[in-house]
Amino acid sequence: MLERVPVLIRKRVTDRKNRECMLRLRNVVFEAGGKRLIDGLDLELFSGTKTVIMGPNGAGKSLALKLIQGLLEPASGDIVRPNEGADFATAMVFQRPTLLRRSVEANLDHALRVCRVGRADRRHRVEELLELGNLEHLRKQPARRLSGGEQQRLSVVRAMASRPKLLLLDEPTASLDPAATAAIEALVNEAHQGGTKIVFVTHDAGQARRIGDEVVFLHKGRLCEQTPAEEFFEQPVSVEAAAYLAGRLVL
Amino acid sequence: MDSFTGAFSEAFALILRGDSDLLEIVALSLRVTMTAVAVACVIGLPLGALLVVGRFPGRTALTVVVNSLMGLPPVVVGLLVYMMLSNSGPLGVLQLLYTPTAMIIAQAVLVTPIIIALSRQVIEDLYAEYDEQLRAMGMTRFAMVPTLLFDARFSLITVALAGLGRAIAEVGAVLIVGGNINHVTRVMTTTIALETSKGNLALALGLGIILIALALLVNAAVMSVRHSAARTAHA
Repeated sequence: MLERVPVLIRKRVTDRKNRECMLRLRNVVFEAGGKRLIDGLDLELFSGTKTVIMGPNGAGKSLALKLIQGLLEPASGDIVRPNEGADFATAMVFQRPTLLRRSVEANLDHALRVCRVGRADRRHRVEELLELGNLEHLRKQPARRLSGGEQQRLSVVRAMASRPKLLLLDEPTASLDPAATAAIEALVNEAHQGGTKIVFVTHDAGQARRIGDEVVFLHKGRLCEQTPAEEFFEQPVSVEAAAYLAGRLVL
Repeated sequence: MDSFTGAFSEAFALILRGDSDLLEIVALSLRVTMTAVAVACVIGLPLGALLVVGRFPGRTALTVVVNSLMGLPPVVVGLLVYMMLSNSGPLGVLQLLYTPTAMIIAQAVLVTPIIIALSRQVIEDLYAEYDEQLRAMGMTRFAMVPTLLFDARFSLITVALAGLGRAIAEVGAVLIVGGNINHVTRVMTTTIALETSKGNLALALGLGIILIALALLVNAAVMSVRHSAARTAHA
C-alpha cells in the first residue's frame, strides 16, 4: 500500500499552475536519541496556498516545522528554497508563546529591532502590528500578564514583524477557546491575503477545513499524502489518513 | 560592664550628632564599595551572559573556576592587588597604592567573580526559556546577550546587591591596599578594626551599628525587588 502512495500523490495534488515552489524538502532525515524521527521526508510547498500539516502525535509535524525554520539541522537530505532572495524571511509561532518580560509594545519593538527596522519606522510599525492584533488597549500591559488568547495574538503579530514570506504555525490554538481561536485564524487569513505562505500544524479537523487549501499528512516521519483539503476530508488517499480521521490511527 | 553600656550610648550619640569623622568614613565606604560593584557589574554581567551563550572549549572548566573564585579570601585579593600596584609591581607607575582607587580595584576584583557566577546562573535559566523563540526570530546567540540581560534585570539587581553586601563588609583587601590612612583611605571596616585595638569602642561600635543597618537595608532592598509589582508583572 505504502509503495503506491507517491504515484497517487502526483494524481491528487493541488493545482500548481502559476504556483511558485517556495520550499523543497528532499529525503530529509532527522534523528535524536538514536531514533529516526523524520525518516526521508519529501515535501514541496508552493506559494499562495495555505498548507495544513496533520498527523498523529509523534508524526514529526513540529520537527518538520523546526527543520524548515532552521532551528534543527537535518542529519541528511536537503531543504531548498529555490527562489530565496535577500528579503526572504520565515517566521514561526509556537504552541506556547514565549513572550519577553516587557510590555506588549516593547515586545513588538524588540522584534522589529531584530529585523533591523530603524527607530523612526519602528514607531509606526508597532502601531500597525498593535492594530492588526487588536492589542492597542493592552500596549502598556506586561506581555506575560495577558490572557492566553491575547498572548498568542501578540505572538502571531510579532512573527509578522519581519514581514515573512513564509509563516509557520505549530498548533497555535491548541490551548485556546473558540473565540481566541477564531481571532488567530483571522490573523492567519490576513497574513495569507498579504501574500504570506501559511504552513499550519493542527489536530483539529474543523480548523484544517476552515483554513487549509491543502493538507499534508505525516506519519512516522514520512509524507503519506499531500491533497487538496476538500478531497482530503472527503476521501483521503492514504490508509493512514483515513484511519486518523476515523480516530483509529496511533503511532 | 559599665564601659560596655557606655560604649553603646556614646556610639548612638556619635551617630545622632552626625559626627563629622564618622560621616566621612561612612561616605568613603559607600563611595568605594558602590563604585567597585558598578565596575564589577559592567565587567561581570556581560561575561556571565557570554559564559551562557558562548560555545568554546573549556567553558565548563571556566565556569567551575569562576564559581570557586566566589569564595576568594579578601586578604589574598588585597595581597595580589598590592603586588600589582606597589612601586615594584607592573602597575607601580600609576602610583595608586594607598588611594581609594586602589581600594575600588581590590573590591572590584573580589566582587566580579560573584557577579559573573550568579548572573550566569540567572541568565542560563532565562536562555533555556528564550533560546528557541529568539533563534526563530533570526537572532544569533551573541545577539541575544542584550535581550537576556534586559529581561533578567530584576534577578540581576539582586545579584548586584549580593555583591554589594560582600564588598561593604570586607576588611582584608581594603586594609592592605588602602592602608587605613586617616581622612584618606579609612573606611568603616578598617576603622572598626583599628579603633577596637586602640580601645576606642564608641566609634567602632557606632560604625558597626551603621554597617549592620546598611546590611539590613541591602537585604530589605533585595526582598523588595524580589516582590516588587513590576517584577511580578513580568514573572
